[in-house]
Amino acid sequence: MSVWPTIALVALVTFGIKGVGPALLGDRPLPASFTRVVLLLAPALLAALVITNAAADGTRVQIGADTAGVAVAGVLLLRGVGVLPVVVVAAVATALLRLAGLP
Amino acid sequence: MGRDRGGERLQTRDDLCESQDRWDVVDRERLRAGLRVSPPYAAASLLLSFSFGAVATAAGPSPLAAIVMSAVVYAGSAQFASIGILAAGGGVGAAVGAAALMNSRFLPMGVALGPSLPGGRFRRALQGQAVVDSSWALALREDGTFDRWFLFGHSAPQYACWVVGTALGVLTDRIDPQALGLDAVFPAFFLALLVAELRKGSRTSYGVALAGAALALALVPVVPVGVPVLVASGAALVGLRERS
Repeated sequence: MSVWPTIALVALVTFGIKGVGPALLGDRPLPASFTRVVLLLAPALLAALVITNAAADGTRVQIGADTAGVAVAGVLLLRGVGVLPVVVVAAVATALLRLAGLP
Repeated sequence: MGRDRGGERLQTRDDLCESQDRWDVVDRERLRAGLRVSPPYAAASLLLSFSFGAVATAAGPSPLAAIVMSAVVYAGSAQFASIGILAAGGGVGAAVGAAALMNSRFLPMGVALGPSLPGGRFRRALQGQAVVDSSWALALREDGTFDRWFLFGHSAPQYACWVVGTALGVLTDRIDPQALGLDAVFPAFFLALLVAELRKGSRTSYGVALAGAALALALVPVVPVGVPVLVASGAALVGLRERS
């Protein structure tokens, strides 16, 4: 089985990817433009992660029960509900919608 | 100075930096602050890794392999992607490649974090291992630097829950994570981080979030899994042109 070599290689690759940025840039003052890009990196990355996980299945755009569940999570978050209840409600809503026949 | 302990490869410039902000001096207050806000994220991490454990063992790898993978990789999307490819009959190369693409977002995240870490190259790379999406986003200060001890404190319980959750998941491999709606946990978790981020951010950050989401969604059918998120991070480059 190719599981163990895969685990070893994925671990190495992950270590390398997480480590290379910090290794390249040392403890030095930040130019203002770098700071502005860093501050905008978080919303760009997070929004992309949300949409690719909620509205896509692999390389296919798919709106399904999980998309609706995440939309419910969005409404609760805007009302100030905390992370854990939001995540649980998203899962329960998704499960119920699946039970009702959504993909 | 602590550099005597096995730090023989340190360079002079880094030594100078170390004298101002030693890499190994624990800021207990910031560490505790990170630990304090961690529980809900750690609990969500438990749910996610539970579903990873269940999915992984259903897909083929032994329970032990799934637990070891969570302990040594500690990057959810990469783990799901590589195991999914193996389960679909793909080779080691394809599985590792998919994991690398899923993790590619850690490249710009690591570059952003680098200047906030003290110590030599290797020590900074080691500290970079503590980054997960939530700890990175929450440790980001308004001036673009990172609160590293907060980041470590926030990551530690998540790591423990990640491994424990996987172990619980492999024990209950007869559960169908899809039927439980566990696939909504991951995006709902990131949405929570995004909302928190937008609350503290400027008006530009709303536009960048929308652009990132639109870019990623448009690329989903055209490029391999993981690449849309990496390309979407490019939306942040508008920060280069914005006047301060």
